[in-house]
Amino acid sequence: MNMAAAAIGAPVHQRVHWSERIAHAALALVALALLAFLAAPLAAILQQSLEDAQGRFAGLANFIAYARTPALLESLWNSVWVSVVVTVVTVPTAFGFAYALARSRMRLKGLARTITLVPLLAPSLLSAISLIYWFGNQGVLKSWLTQAGIDQIYGAPGIVLAEIFSTFPHALMILVTALAAADARLYEAADSMGTRAARKFFTITLPGAKYGLISAALVTFTLVITDFGIPKVIGGNFNVLATDVFKLVIGQQDFQRGAVVALLLLAPAVLTFAVDHWVSKKQTAMLTARAVPYQPKPAPLFDALMSLYCLAVCALILAMLGMALFASFANFWPYKLSPSLRHYAMGLFDAEVGDAFVNSLTMAAGTALFGTALVFVGAYMLEKTQGLKPVRSAVRLLAMLPMAVPGLVLGLGYIFFFNAPTNPLNGLYHTLTLLTVCTIVHFYTTGHLTAVTALKALDAEFESVSASLKVPFYKTFWRVTLPICTPALVDIARYFFINAMTTISAVVFLYAPETKVAAIAILNLDEAGEIGAAAAMAMLIVAANTVATLVFMGLSWWIDRRTQAWKQP
Amino acid sequence: MSHVTSAPYLRLAGIRKDFGSFTALKDIDLEIAKGEFVCFLGPSGCGKTTLLRIIAGLEVQSAGRIELAGRDISTLPPAERDYGIVFQSYALFPNLTVADNIGYGLVNRKVPKAAARSRVSELLSLVGLPGSEAKYPAQLSGGQQQRIALARALATAPSLLLLDEPLSALDAIVRVKLRGEIRSLQRKLGVTTVMVTHDQEEAFAVADRIVVMNQGTIEQIGDAMQVYREPATLFVADFVGRINALPATLQDGGRLRVGDHLFACLHDGVAGSEVRVYLRPEDVLARPIPEGDPNVFQARIEKIEFMGPYCLVRVSGDLLGEHRLTVYLSLNYLAEAQLEVGSRLPLRLMPERMRIFG
Repeated sequence: MNMAAAAIGAPVHQRVHWSERIAHAALALVALALLAFLAAPLAAILQQSLEDAQGRFAGLANFIAYARTPALLESLWNSVWVSVVVTVVTVPTAFGFAYALARSRMRLKGLARTITLVPLLAPSLLSAISLIYWFGNQGVLKSWLTQAGIDQIYGAPGIVLAEIFSTFPHALMILVTALAAADARLYEAADSMGTRAARKFFTITLPGAKYGLISAALVTFTLVITDFGIPKVIGGNFNVLATDVFKLVIGQQDFQRGAVVALLLLAPAVLTFAVDHWVSKKQTAMLTARAVPYQPKPAPLFDALMSLYCLAVCALILAMLGMALFASFANFWPYKLSPSLRHYAMGLFDAEVGDAFVNSLTMAAGTALFGTALVFVGAYMLEKTQGLKPVRSAVRLLAMLPMAVPGLVLGLGYIFFFNAPTNPLNGLYHTLTLLTVCTIVHFYTTGHLTAVTALKALDAEFESVSASLKVPFYKTFWRVTLPICTPALVDIARYFFINAMTTISAVVFLYAPETKVAAIAILNLDEAGEIGAAAAMAMLIVAANTVATLVFMGLSWWIDRRTQAWKQP
Repeated sequence: MSHVTSAPYLRLAGIRKDFGSFTALKDIDLEIAKGEFVCFLGPSGCGKTTLLRIIAGLEVQSAGRIELAGRDISTLPPAERDYGIVFQSYALFPNLTVADNIGYGLVNRKVPKAAARSRVSELLSLVGLPGSEAKYPAQLSGGQQQRIALARALATAPSLLLLDEPLSALDAIVRVKLRGEIRSLQRKLGVTTVMVTHDQEEAFAVADRIVVMNQGTIEQIGDAMQVYREPATLFVADFVGRINALPATLQDGGRLRVGDHLFACLHDGVAGSEVRVYLRPEDVLARPIPEGDPNVFQARIEKIEFMGPYCLVRVSGDLLGEHRLTVYLSLNYLAEAQLEVGSRLPLRLMPERMRIFG
């Protein structure tokens, strides 16, 4: 007891093992990277919004000036109502499709799912280009538009339609997940009580998917309000927040008001982020480990109706993609439709998109490689090592933050921060390195969450066992953790690659002529009136992403085969 | 316990653990001798696993001191302590073969390859799985995987073996078999062992000493018989085994009153004080019933629960008022005496087994 009494007093601190110092150093590096390439640029926007053009503190003067500019307020209103309309159309459409995939015995589900995912391989502006071919001034179905009482596609109608197509896959993915997580026993219980189908839908299905619906609606709204490519291509004179930022910053060099608009764009994204966080907590609490997966029963009429619905949606998606593909090969729209490689040649050689394409591939490969490494190391240090608590919390927060930051806002932050002559990292400005870094940060959160999920699935005691056997953590990381997580790593790399090929918003502020990427080049072609070449180049991106997807799938298959020995009994 | 030497090998003094404002462990003092097998027994949330993890260095105590073999290890990281550990989840590396799993700690100690290989096969024989070197964990049953985990923990010949609910994930038959094997292996190797369990039967079967824990404190330390027969606290009496708890009033002359019946009992309390009497079901006897024994009362069977070789019988007594007792009666006896619900029979309480708590 004497000994016990003596021991009480100062709190006990465990001595830090030398191998743990390596982990701490790695964590600190990840923290430093996120501070320099995420937190600092965002802080720069905030700073700009509170300063006048001479760099003096101006308080809320910029915000007041903004509120007194009717043209800008009109953009705000335009952005909001267009986003609401798109959300109201996309979410129910995607819900119907997800319902068919999860709850019917419709055939060819895999094919239907694949078709809906194809738009993700293209820059979002591809749907805008297609719409111009369908409904533009020389569009095939221009007459339909006139009959509907709309005099031209350029403006709100075009933005709404194109955004519906480009946001549909995102909403669908969320809703498929929400509907897949159903407990069959709830339906069995309802059946045993003789519940009618409609009542089951409104009392079990809809409440079960409630959080998925909220999440899908918020994500759709945010994607639309922060999108830059579509309004740029098909917006005409219809101004929205995203195009305002570009005009203010690049056109008028009005950094202060640009920063104010950027902060406005940040608002819905931050709201989405907060609600989504809250929703995902609720969602996990709802599903118990004992749930029995739902298996739909055959219902010929219902299945037929669902098939018909999905067929219609898939046909529309294919019509969008197909038109761009067709137009990219058409000799001289709309007069001479014979196939030719004119647009490809024009785009690749005359407009020098070839170089931009190489830049894109370089950037995508760099993003996939370094992004995956950074994300995985960061997630590992967070999940599987201990100590350095304040840094740990900071990294946890910073890793989630990119989800709440629209690409346009991030890119703007990069200009403010890296273009400042006093910044020692100023040399990075306009380089492909900075474009790559910006893209990694932009898409960090999804990669991070994938890595965290994979790491959480591992036995929590691997590191404890290693320590008891006096094996330093990095050996276990190399011999055990990394090999088991390779499928997740491939997923993350693919996600980074595809998004790096198609992203516009984050990099539109950061390129120099020699570091222009393909997606930006498409925007420039369209601006120059070379819409055929723009379609051709967009198709090249789709092709490159398709090849990349196949390569990554092959890689997954190969890894799966190699690891089969220890996966199956 | 003749094989246990008396000098403490593992010594915990004043261990406290706070999680925020919640105190998970309060002033734990414990000494464990070399070669001893000690079980931490208690309900979930009692702090037993936390205490084991503090010994392992996987959690850091808020206060207190830990000594292993005379060395202060209180602030040492896990890798600088000397123990092997087995978890409920096995924590085998799924992508490594059985041989690589067992040899995981040997490779790092620069043990020559041939020596490591022979050590692995020696350990595999020890845990009864010779020749499974090339298999992967997924190809083994749960019980086999846990044996591999045990072999891995023992591979580097640690001075202390920590077992964190090692049998809880296994089904009943495997659990009983494996616990016997763990016990005999421990005897053979003489490794000091601490096992956490919530299963009292398991603790009784393997432990030299049992540490009964509740709400972050140690309620009792003793061998199985002591913990069972002489529970130190109300909690231990309730938690370990089945027990009857009867409110009673102490009387003069070493007697006490339950309902309207005066029972003989050895107590040194003050007459008139209200107490609770604890008595295990097997300490209420149906035979023999000596003539004129003051501890015999007339019972009436209210409920019979079939448990296999014996039945759990709930009885009321003519003089016991509203109180009920649970007793064990053998199936054979019930049949022989033609007893059923509503039958009456005399029962005797064993005075020396009554535990009185104030």
